[in-house]
Amino acid sequence: MAEQFAEPVRQHLYSLNLGPQHPSTHGVLRVLLTLDGEYIVEADPVIGYGHRGHEKMGENRTYLQFMPNTSRIDYLSGLLYNHGFCLAVEKLTGIEPPERARYIRVICAELNRISSHLLWFGTYLMDLGAFTPFLYCFDDRENILDILDRVSGSRLTYSYCRFGGVTRDIDDVFIEQTRAFVKRLRSRWKDYHNLVTKNVIFIHRTRDVGVIDKDLALRFGVTGPNLRAAGVPFDMRKVEPYEVYDRFDFEIPVGEKGDALDRYRVRLEEMEQSCRIIEQALDQLPDGPYRQERVRLKVKPPRGEVYFAFESARGQTAYYLVSDGSPYPYRCHVRVPSFGNLHCLTEVLRETLVADAISILGSIDIVVPEIDR
Amino acid sequence: MTEAVTNTGGDWLRLIVGLILVLIFSQLNALFLVWLERKVAGHIQLRYGPMEVGPHGLLQTIVDGIKLVGKELITPFKADKKLFVIAPVLVFMPVLVPFLVLPFGPELIIRDMNVGLLLIFAFSTFSVLAILVGGWASNNKYALLGAIRSVAQNVAYEIPLLLSVMSVVLMVHSFKFSELVMAQQRIWFIFLQPVAAIIYFICATAETNRAPFDIPEAESELVAGFHTEYSGMRFGLFFLAEYTNMFIVCAVATSLFLGGWHGPFGFSLGIPGVVWFLAKTYFLLFVLMWFRWTFPRVRFDQLMNFSWKVLIPLSMLNLLVTALVLKFV
Repeated sequence: MAEQFAEPVRQHLYSLNLGPQHPSTHGVLRVLLTLDGEYIVEADPVIGYGHRGHEKMGENRTYLQFMPNTSRIDYLSGLLYNHGFCLAVEKLTGIEPPERARYIRVICAELNRISSHLLWFGTYLMDLGAFTPFLYCFDDRENILDILDRVSGSRLTYSYCRFGGVTRDIDDVFIEQTRAFVKRLRSRWKDYHNLVTKNVIFIHRTRDVGVIDKDLALRFGVTGPNLRAAGVPFDMRKVEPYEVYDRFDFEIPVGEKGDALDRYRVRLEEMEQSCRIIEQALDQLPDGPYRQERVRLKVKPPRGEVYFAFESARGQTAYYLVSDGSPYPYRCHVRVPSFGNLHCLTEVLRETLVADAISILGSIDIVVPEIDR
Repeated sequence: MTEAVTNTGGDWLRLIVGLILVLIFSQLNALFLVWLERKVAGHIQLRYGPMEVGPHGLLQTIVDGIKLVGKELITPFKADKKLFVIAPVLVFMPVLVPFLVLPFGPELIIRDMNVGLLLIFAFSTFSVLAILVGGWASNNKYALLGAIRSVAQNVAYEIPLLLSVMSVVLMVHSFKFSELVMAQQRIWFIFLQPVAAIIYFICATAETNRAPFDIPEAESELVAGFHTEYSGMRFGLFFLAEYTNMFIVCAVATSLFLGGWHGPFGFSLGIPGVVWFLAKTYFLLFVLMWFRWTFPRVRFDQLMNFSWKVLIPLSMLNLLVTALVLKFV
């Protein structure tokens, strides 16, 4: 809403380090702000505080040993990263997972996507100063964690998928709990919309704030809900359907302007679409084995390379694996969506207020350790 | 005021006892309010709040206070040491004075001054000074930003606050609390002055830096705002002062708009006045807490726009209408 004011005076500029330790930087991100009063003249995100060397680690481990790493790259959608890595290795080696495993993976991945979006919903509103929705979201999210805990034995870093299947089969209790969760989540939409979406203060804080339009998004490689909020219906599950996503009937929610309110709406609608996918997958769930028996623990893909892109909770994520025929990948690169999403901030944050910077930073849903890897 | 000088004996005794009572009450009340806030927050957020220390965690804040007293008082490097130490004292002293004139009951006004209302607003403005001093002296950009915001916000909201109060004063022709309350024996002023009451309450929320207007200490933006660098009991004093301030603005709202110690429409139902007064005040405090745990925070410029473009014109209009009605009807 900078146009409401006269042109900032541009005297007495000073810099403010937003982070690396700050309540709202979602991990260890530092944004170097040059301020004129409360106006941001320049914003420069500084990354790399959480570098753990995941890609290099990948070169020194077997393919299966790298699996736990994948869920730690983006700890909020760990299962989606497991899933993608599995698919990449399967594509490289030519392993075909059984039908049932494919469905189980999709169900769990979508549950993980919902849990990631729920966490975003809560923390975003906390950035805006509303503390309460956070606890309601965590209450809902707790259900997902319990469900996934039952099958994977873990609540956050799942490592649930295996080349050619999953570690454990799902049972009736899982199906029952998942159906109950979907029902429960749907009953919550009304509260969320009444208390948050229709809240006047919320609307004023998000409408026309942090507009990432189509041009800007494409220029910076912004993907995921942020790109869809700008009106581009680009979702890897639709444009290049992998696994069994082409068998489900779901929509790609898109926004109009690409402001924070659109991004909020897109994510909320995406949760509903994920619910639809889960329901259809549960209905179609075939019987049969849940993993390929004849896959060696130490897979040895043939010489070659593979680039596999999939849709994580934050956008287009990809693995680029180069195999030299040994059990260890020659190169293991991860394309993370948050990098592109974060770096359009240099342009978006200009001429906004400090309070908006927090709102925008929250609305693009970055996970900084994912960028640092 | 001349009475205070000429009266001797019993009057001095009354003053001393009153002061001691004020000190005890304001401290206990602040501790209770902190507990209440945590309980309200807890129950709004699907949890219980403090439960461990004492029945339903009632002693939690006392234990927290002891913990704060035991903590090291850190003065940041290159901070303005004198001002840094003075600020918490400066914020806490003025919040005690308004208790002297608050009308808790017909017989429970320590000093019923003829400028009681003015005194309260004069002293409550002091807290801005303390916040500015504290934020400036901390040598921290977040603290300074918080202090700047606080000053701008308080200047913007004091005007509609006083204007809305003036329309009540016009009706009673007095700044004296006993007379303001007595005038509401039949009908509370909230029914005669609904606009003023709403404006007053919004401004009071902003004046006490409460959500959704808590931008001076917006924790997701400014870490902790003006008290970022304060530790131990220095932070505790800011904290207690904030809650005492909340009590004062709600008590003033009760005496100006909700009939003070009177029951509704002249029916006291045999309940003593002080109970009515406290019940109404705590209800308003509950509403303040309810706000905080329900709304997101407004942005700084929206806050200022709201005050200068909506509240001030509206309260002026309200004052004008009140004056015209009083003159011609």
